[in-house]
Amino acid sequence: MEQYEIVIIGGGPAGLAAAVSARNAGAGQILILERDKELGGILNQCIHNGFGLHTFKEELTGPEYAARFISQVEELGIEYRLHTMVMDIDRKKVITAMSREKGMYQIQAKAVILAMGCRERPRGALNIPGYRPAGIYSAGTAQRLVNIEGLLPGRKVVILGSGDIGLIMARRMTMEGASVQVVAELMPYSGGLKRNIVQCLDDFGIPLKLSHTVIDIKGKERVEGITLAAVDEKGVPIPGTEEEYECDTLLLSVGLIPENELSSQIGVTLNPVTSGPIVDESLETDVEGVFACGNVLHVHDLVDFVSEEAAAAGKNAARYVDKFLKKENIYGKEEADPYHGQSQAAVSLIPTGGVRYTVPSIIHPDRMQEEQVVRFRVGRVYYNCYINVYLNGERLLHRKRPVMAPGEMEQIKLKESWFANVPKNAEMTIQIEEA
Amino acid sequence: MEKKELVCIGCPMGCVMQVEMEGEEVLSVSGNTCTKGERYARKEVTDPTRIVTTTVKVKNGTAERVPVKTKSDIPKGKIFGCLRALKNVEAIAPVRIGDVILKNVAGTGVDIVATKDVEAR
Repeated sequence: MEQYEIVIIGGGPAGLAAAVSARNAGAGQILILERDKELGGILNQCIHNGFGLHTFKEELTGPEYAARFISQVEELGIEYRLHTMVMDIDRKKVITAMSREKGMYQIQAKAVILAMGCRERPRGALNIPGYRPAGIYSAGTAQRLVNIEGLLPGRKVVILGSGDIGLIMARRMTMEGASVQVVAELMPYSGGLKRNIVQCLDDFGIPLKLSHTVIDIKGKERVEGITLAAVDEKGVPIPGTEEEYECDTLLLSVGLIPENELSSQIGVTLNPVTSGPIVDESLETDVEGVFACGNVLHVHDLVDFVSEEAAAAGKNAARYVDKFLKKENIYGKEEADPYHGQSQAAVSLIPTGGVRYTVPSIIHPDRMQEEQVVRFRVGRVYYNCYINVYLNGERLLHRKRPVMAPGEMEQIKLKESWFANVPKNAEMTIQIEEA
Repeated sequence: MEKKELVCIGCPMGCVMQVEMEGEEVLSVSGNTCTKGERYARKEVTDPTRIVTTTVKVKNGTAERVPVKTKSDIPKGKIFGCLRALKNVEAIAPVRIGDVILKNVAGTGVDIVATKDVEAR
């Protein structure tokens, strides 16, 4: 069986940044497995600009952002395989992969980095009545058709959901000659960035209807129209508010779900809120030596944060391989290794009062860096509030935020010094306090 | 005096701002919470610009299309002129990131450049 120190599942932004960082941290044999025909993942179809402001201090398009990392991977001589689908990973980190050239084969890894990304929530998850006519696409599928294949999926378009991909596609379809009638959003606020609402909708006079949803899809062979209705605060359609729209295409931009089938096969525990793995400060899952980063871990708003998180995962995986596995071959050994035995305390991070989840959700103080980034999202829009962090009842952080919205990821930094004399199995709560 | 209303894009706050103008001159900006808002409002009402991104056909390449962008921002009013000018443009593979695909698009003085490598078939 082939052997590698680190095998990275997925060659999108997370996989690329993890690989570069693992190599820079000293890892030798690294392999990226990618199912598509090229590296770069979803960035290849995100041809709009606005990527990289944090990482490169300039605004790049998706393909340009990917190219920066791909060229680093090439320069560092990191091995990758395209057209390769990973079918299974087991607890001993044996990876079963498949490709046209090599057929089915197995690889033994010392550490695995999960970087499979996410996929779009489909129509089936929405309970919209009607037939199953042609013309209903997820926004990302439409984006691929337009930007990669050069095909226009429809001429008269309604978009349900105001996530960023939906907003971007409203502009894109308009630029390609389609008429986008309306963008409808179930929630009373948009899930997308303000900048996208202005530059993708307002610039082109496309109306955004908040607290509205599609309650019927007309047409048997092809979409012929939809019925839109206002919803009450519980999301239930209000009778008498129905409006008919004639259209041949309905795009759905209604959320992203981390793609964790492989994680489950390994036995990694998932967080029901994020649908991604539960990880500690090292971004290591509860299966030793298996790390996770990017949208497979939790859906990010900006790719810059994906790269940053993935770099941490890559570095930690390299450290894991180097410090604790080179000395001793642990294959086949079932009991906990010394690396994990070392951790004395494990502090659980408990999200409360408006904080939906945190990544990481466990901190091992003896393994943390001087500063530990914790990312989270809030459940609704908050104005003039505070982020509070408590450890064993003591308030350690009280930061004012003028505004927070569910569409934007928040981050705080925990200091190592806070954990100096922390008792075993302590709890840290992270909450939003309204003024 | 003319009054314009716009939404700030600086952060999720989305301040609704009122701008008072006399011809091309901005008299006042209100409704903003920070200085970022005022800067954005002044630029947006006097000289709104955008980076335009789209794709063009590729001849003899490993991909059907190559993504392109305006090398810098162009006046908002020229977006569709820019797209029309690109309608029948065909790039010839191999294409490299940064290659100029069309010079001085729609009289803006701004070039269209490729944003992705496409190898020759």
